[in-house]
Amino acid sequence: MKSNPGVHLWVVQRVTAMLLGIAVVVHLVTIVTAVRGGLSAREILERTQGNEAWLLFYVVFALAAGLHGAIGLRNIAAETIGLRGRGADLAWLAAGLLTAGFGIRAAIGLYA
Amino acid sequence: MAEPASLKVSVWRGGEDGAFQRYEVPARTNQTVLDVVTHIQRELDPSLAYRFACRVGMCGSCAMTVNGRARWTCRTHVKRVVDADGALELRPLANLPVIRDLAADLSPFFDKWQRARGTFLPKQSPDGAVPEDFAVVPPASKARREADAGIECIGCAVCYASCDVVAWNADYLGPAAMNRAWTLVNDVRDGARGERLDAVAGDAGCHSCHSTQSCTERCPKNLDPSSAIAGLKRVLFWDTLLGRR
Ligand code: SF4
Ligand code: SF4
Ligand code: FES
Repeated sequence: MKSNPGVHLWVVQRVTAMLLGIAVVVHLVTIVTAVRGGLSAREILERTQGNEAWLLFYVVFALAAGLHGAIGLRNIAAETIGLRGRGADLAWLAAGLLTAGFGIRAAIGLYA
Repeated sequence: MAEPASLKVSVWRGGEDGAFQRYEVPARTNQTVLDVVTHIQRELDPSLAYRFACRVGMCGSCAMTVNGRARWTCRTHVKRVVDADGALELRPLANLPVIRDLAADLSPFFDKWQRARGTFLPKQSPDGAVPEDFAVVPPASKARREADAGIECIGCAVCYASCDVVAWNADYLGPAAMNRAWTLVNDVRDGARGERLDAVAGDAGCHSCHSTQSCTERCPKNLDPSSAIAGLKRVLFWDTLLGRR
């Protein structure tokens, strides 16, 4: 197999798209259900603190969102301003993971 | 539609930095755009460069940009593209270097067929010898039908000139080369599937296609390169995900 970053990034983008499709629905349903009958910080923390399934879900969600967005921006940058190459790919990957990292940090904040 | 008595034809003259020149050509019934160009070259200006061969839609050499849109000119009737004002604008095909006037240089287009491994490589005899027996390919099989769907390409480059991704990325293989690759991926007699899939994968290949279907919309042979490219993506998706490549 030849090394061709385009293929793997494309596969990652498709898989994260599928994950996001499910995750966004779960996320929205959770919000709507949680908001019913008012919303308080205590109520949220009661639900999220120590909840492993909840943490896992949001870690996966944040990773998928970060990577999906960064790969999309990579493609747009390549086609519009001709930003291409290994260095650019690594920078986009870093940007994606960094974005995911912010999301994961927030989730951990609510879990711990 | 009212038929204009004469056509006001703007024709691209010169290379990339050329300009339009205007000609007045008598309108005739059942006139094709290629007839108009031929009239200009024979009667008005013998220095006009353009390309054609078969005049019946088989060779793929007569394509030009007609009123902003790539078309095969030998099978395009003037009355289909001209309004009552009789205005016709002719340019060489887009996304290709201009040789002169209406002749575009198709080398990059055909080089990409090579790059996409558009040549059949017999499985039974990679050395090129004639196989001992006939290969049996059931006409109703799925692979055969996929291959049939794309096989009638005449190499006119109308799709290539209509594709935005080609304009954005000079390395992009383009619809025709990948349509060809897809017919071979579905040819059960072919032995170069792996190399071909490698050749069409990635940013210069099928993964940059936006599936906008300009190629399919404009192909004069009614082929569907966009679906062929989607087929390549599908095969590569599963092969990559399952570690088969
Ligand atoms: S479907 Fe793909 S190959 Fe066809 S015109 Fe659009 S981007 Fe180009
Ligand atoms: S796919 Fe259609 S438009 Fe493209 S080169 Fe072949 S015949 Fe021409
Ligand atoms: S001249 Fe052969 S296809 Fe038009």
